[in-house]
Amino acid sequence: MIWIVKNLWLIPALPLLAAGIIAVNKQPARKLAAGLAIGSMALGFLLSLCAFAATLGHHGEGAFRETFSFNWIQFGGQWMSIGWVLDPLTAIMLVMVTFVGMLIFIFSVGYMAHDKNFMRFFNFLALFASGMLGVVIANNLFLLFVSWEIVGLTSYLLIGFWYHKPSAAAAAKKAFVTTRIGDLGLLLGMVWLYAQTGTLNFYDHGHGCMEASALAGMVSKTICGGMMISTAIGLLIFLGAVGKSGQVPLHVWLPDAMEGPTPVSALIHAATMVAAGVFLVARVYPLMAAGAAPVEHGVPVTTALTIVTWVGAVTAIFAATIAVAQNDIKRILAYSTVSQLGYMMMGLGVGGVAVGMFHLITHAFFKALLFLGSGSVIHGCHEEQDVRKMGGLKKYMPVTFVVYAIGMLALAGFPLFFSGFWSKDEILHHASHWSVSHVPFYLGCTGALFTAFYMTRQMGLVFFGKYRGYEESSHSAHAHSSSESHSHEPHESPAVMTVPLIILAGFAILLGVIGTPAWPWFDAYLNGELAELQIKFSNLAASAGLMGASALIVLTGITVGWMLYGKRQRKTAAEKDVLEAAQPAIYKLLENKYFIDELYEATVIRFNAFAAWLCDFADKWIFGGAVLLVKYLTVGASWLYRLTDENVVNGGFDAGCGSIRGGGGILSRLHSGRVQTYLRIIGVALVALIIFLIWGRKA
Amino acid sequence: MTPLQVCLLVSAFLFAIGFAGAVTRRHAILVLIGIELMLNAANLNFIAFWRYGAHPEALTGIIFVLFSMALAGAEAAVGLALVIAIYRHKETSNLDEVKELKG
Repeated sequence: MIWIVKNLWLIPALPLLAAGIIAVNKQPARKLAAGLAIGSMALGFLLSLCAFAATLGHHGEGAFRETFSFNWIQFGGQWMSIGWVLDPLTAIMLVMVTFVGMLIFIFSVGYMAHDKNFMRFFNFLALFASGMLGVVIANNLFLLFVSWEIVGLTSYLLIGFWYHKPSAAAAAKKAFVTTRIGDLGLLLGMVWLYAQTGTLNFYDHGHGCMEASALAGMVSKTICGGMMISTAIGLLIFLGAVGKSGQVPLHVWLPDAMEGPTPVSALIHAATMVAAGVFLVARVYPLMAAGAAPVEHGVPVTTALTIVTWVGAVTAIFAATIAVAQNDIKRILAYSTVSQLGYMMMGLGVGGVAVGMFHLITHAFFKALLFLGSGSVIHGCHEEQDVRKMGGLKKYMPVTFVVYAIGMLALAGFPLFFSGFWSKDEILHHASHWSVSHVPFYLGCTGALFTAFYMTRQMGLVFFGKYRGYEESSHSAHAHSSSESHSHEPHESPAVMTVPLIILAGFAILLGVIGTPAWPWFDAYLNGELAELQIKFSNLAASAGLMGASALIVLTGITVGWMLYGKRQRKTAAEKDVLEAAQPAIYKLLENKYFIDELYEATVIRFNAFAAWLCDFADKWIFGGAVLLVKYLTVGASWLYRLTDENVVNGGFDAGCGSIRGGGGILSRLHSGRVQTYLRIIGVALVALIIFLIWGRKA
Repeated sequence: MTPLQVCLLVSAFLFAIGFAGAVTRRHAILVLIGIELMLNAANLNFIAFWRYGAHPEALTGIIFVLFSMALAGAEAAVGLALVIAIYRHKETSNLDEVKELKG
């Protein structure tokens, strides 16, 4: 066993240690906090590179996979063992999380520089990194679940980081409660899986629950309706992923989560945590794919994977349409994240682990780039998030403009030069070959069109035209001197913020190289094969048609977006949106996110509120009544006791004490204090004694 | 009447005088004097029993009396000191008014 496998635990342990040290330090130690958090991530990144290097070059005999497990808790006669696994899936995620995390940590130093809770922020970030890395390395559904919940907790803490804002506090609660619904499914799936296989280890030299013998056992049994147990468990676990990755219908929390600081949105709600759901599905992919009819080449088709595909496809198109009508720069990106996560799920369903994961990795880089870019924009525009009040920032923030444009093109899937194009194309390619239905493919294509459109809209509104930010202030205060109004202008962010952006931009372009159809290194790496550079005409011809089509779709989206929002700029911030003017009803529907929140408000939440009211009523009057009854009984009994005590028991004692005191009073009269009386008594007594002695002797 | 009987009678008389003085007098110093008289009556008894007793050569009676007189001196000193302290405190030496042990 290689040393790195044994010491893989160090990677999540380092940020945990950093979080602990930050937590026990006093508030002013800002440099220490940032240094510890970034340092632990940098060290973790180096270790991840070692782990990554260890998994390279193992082709032919299947994917590299080494595990390390130990017994942790004993219950009954069984041991719960936990451990970690190093395989290509883990390695690639480790490198991505530590690297993106490190860059975002560095960015946060600049972004949070003025926040007085700087230390708390880095404490939570480091704790989050620890949990996320724990999810990644876990070789055990239990350890994964524990880390998963740590991640959920830090997500809650960081969304509500500015908890004095009511909207942030509400968003934090919403995120926590919504993901809990999914986690319940995950927990049930976990328990069921344990009941079926007696282990939660994924890989354990043939005994793990993701290995052939356990899977065969679960496939052979069915529950009602002929559904295989493996499918049922897989779907329960998928429910956890739906909650975490913001898939329909549990997507509602993710856009609201943008109330948190922007680096948090970038790290947790775009690049890593929300991808954990996709990662989870990739991790339990053998379970999802178990029991599929044997296929010669291509991907297995099972009920579980079909449902994953449909959920993903619906989410992809659903969120992409909502993003068109949003005006908050971060919300647009949030819906875009939901949509892209849908693509990943769809990729997992139609194309297997490599397809979904490839999009996850490329998306992590360019979405982190976009979010940090939006953070830079917000920072530069003095905490303004409404795109209608921006505009013309190209002039003021050139670096941010360039990197943001790269991120936007990558997300939109601009042909050939950007990573997003290759990863999205791979998903669409597999979707077009999916044997069950072609609808997800069309949904995906439409989603791609919308993606290109809303990203162009955002670019046009934010970076082109004229700056609309100081309309109101200049209206209200014309008398202000020019120097003062100059300070209201947006400004470029400091180097600590732009350098991570530039690095991320580089990766947003370069990462596409590892997954092109000509050289599918990523696919081969995950499957343990040797990637060959295969520039064969037949290969290219097979994918060229689709590539051309998707390129056409993207270009259409960008062109339409540019026509509507780039060339024809809105004059004022209050002006109606172009689409709103053309189709007010549809725009309103999209702007209000299909009224999903209102729907939930009217159904689930109202029901919940009713149940809560019922419980409250029962608590107050039925259980509370019983408690009150007991209370009054007790009070009555104690009143009775007091009466007895005071009148019977105490009365007896008082009488006894009174008589003794009276006796003492009588006796105390003998002690008059008159010395001569004493002497007299002594004399009389002496005489009496002598007389008694004399006469007594005679008698 | 033998000389012993005479001595005992005298000492009994002396004791009776002392006792009567100690019991009846109100003044603390006079009470003390009465006590001294009673003590000396006892001393007289010591001497008489020694002188007319079985071993007049042993000097036991004289030694007793010497001790007793030393004691009486000490007792008188303490008694007088007490009387003075009481007088200072209560502004009186009337024993009927000094009847409380506390303060």
